[in-house]
Amino acid sequence: MGDENETTLKRTPLDALHRAHGAKMVPFAGFDMPLQYAGGIIAEHRATRTGATLFDVSHMGQAAIRGDSPLAALEALVPGDLASLPVGGMRYTQLTNAHGGIVDDLMVTSVGEDYAFVVVNASRREADFALLGAGLDRLAVEELDRALIALQGPRAAEILVPLAPGAEELRFMSAAPFMVDGSAIAISRSGYTGEDGFEISIPAQDALRIAERLLQGGATLAGLGARDSLRLEAGLCLYGNDIDETTTPAEAGLGWSIGKRRREEGGFPGAEIVLAQLREGPVRRLVGILPEGRQPVRAHAEIRNTSDERIGEITSGGFGPTVGGPVAMGYVASAFADPDTAVTVILRDRPVPARVVKLPFVSHRYFKKH
Amino acid sequence: MNDLKYTREHEWVRMEGDVAVIGISAFAQEALGDVVFVELPEIGKSLKAGDQAAVVESVKAASEVYAPLAGEVVGVNEALNDDPSTVNSDPTGKGWFLKMKPSNPADFEALMDEADYRKFAEEQG
Repeated sequence: MGDENETTLKRTPLDALHRAHGAKMVPFAGFDMPLQYAGGIIAEHRATRTGATLFDVSHMGQAAIRGDSPLAALEALVPGDLASLPVGGMRYTQLTNAHGGIVDDLMVTSVGEDYAFVVVNASRREADFALLGAGLDRLAVEELDRALIALQGPRAAEILVPLAPGAEELRFMSAAPFMVDGSAIAISRSGYTGEDGFEISIPAQDALRIAERLLQGGATLAGLGARDSLRLEAGLCLYGNDIDETTTPAEAGLGWSIGKRRREEGGFPGAEIVLAQLREGPVRRLVGILPEGRQPVRAHAEIRNTSDERIGEITSGGFGPTVGGPVAMGYVASAFADPDTAVTVILRDRPVPARVVKLPFVSHRYFKKH
Repeated sequence: MNDLKYTREHEWVRMEGDVAVIGISAFAQEALGDVVFVELPEIGKSLKAGDQAAVVESVKAASEVYAPLAGEVVGVNEALNDDPSTVNSDPTGKGWFLKMKPSNPADFEALMDEADYRKFAEEQG
């Protein structure tokens, strides 16, 4: 965190807002990002579950993919069923490697017949755009210089709708373009907290103005710290922790994101391996781990069975403010993946009793119209 | 006036008679953020200066707390088990971690005073 480092960090279009609100800034994936603001992570976490908070996620990579049938072309790189996605539909999927490992997880939105929009992890943007550029040679992949903000929580809709009338009609995992104060923005009903909410892609020069209007409407700021505790309680994978090039979508419990047609047809990198794991069951699975007591267990802690044999490792762990105690996720050998299986987690040479639980720790409250 | 002394690891020490009361500095709790758990040592344990004396867990990470001086653990702040956030709200008061009987009481005098520590922390900061 020396000065040398800080000068090379990129700043998001909302940098001035963070500093004005007393953010504790940290380097993250090459960006200077707010870890938390003056109120602290727990307060920001709670505000997201009970009100509405605004996260700057402009560090994430946004790209337009234009050309003939971009969704069908993308299917060569990911296991998600994209061809069936209607205009305005959004889907979660993964870029996979030849072994079925996850190069990145991403969101794909169908903007039009010849236009798809993707959002990828900041830490993986170079690898992703290289893969997309090489794999989609008949299409134009253009990285966009836009801000991305997430407005999350049960009050998100009432705060956003005065700026963007009609946004209340969006269902979970759908998106639409809006004009706000003369700025062309794209709003999707999605997020990384388990709560109802929106992700808003804004031309960089308009981001500060729109963020300030959302704050005036009653949203409060939340940083990367709360983003992590919220997604962990919601049982959502973090790239680099819970998933990476050595873990497959089947092992990570992401089989739900691979539709029936793709399971039958395959046709994505590592399909044979991933589809066999989905049919026969993978040898290890990502599960929720609930430690007894109050002490958090952290990533890389060893998981043992009750006979003291190693069965896996924690990949994400911390304190869940809504749960009111420690929560974790990790991979265990499949024989130990059933809910309520007793395990121990080794915390600084001491065994902590824990049990396997069904994810999420806190129920999702997405907006799904009937 | 302040009778606290500090280490370069951001612990503070206050002498109460021949017992050293130990905690983490206001600067340290601010840097850690919300404290959610404190692992305290066993009473009777002998520690050398610089040994791990306790672990403080914030939402985001675990950090070690080191013994500022050599001696024996003679008390721990059990109240932190029920409300670890006291470390944030009153780090140099009710948020104390442990009490030690120093093997060499002169070790206390070798620690940084408030003014030196403040200068040191600002340079870190």
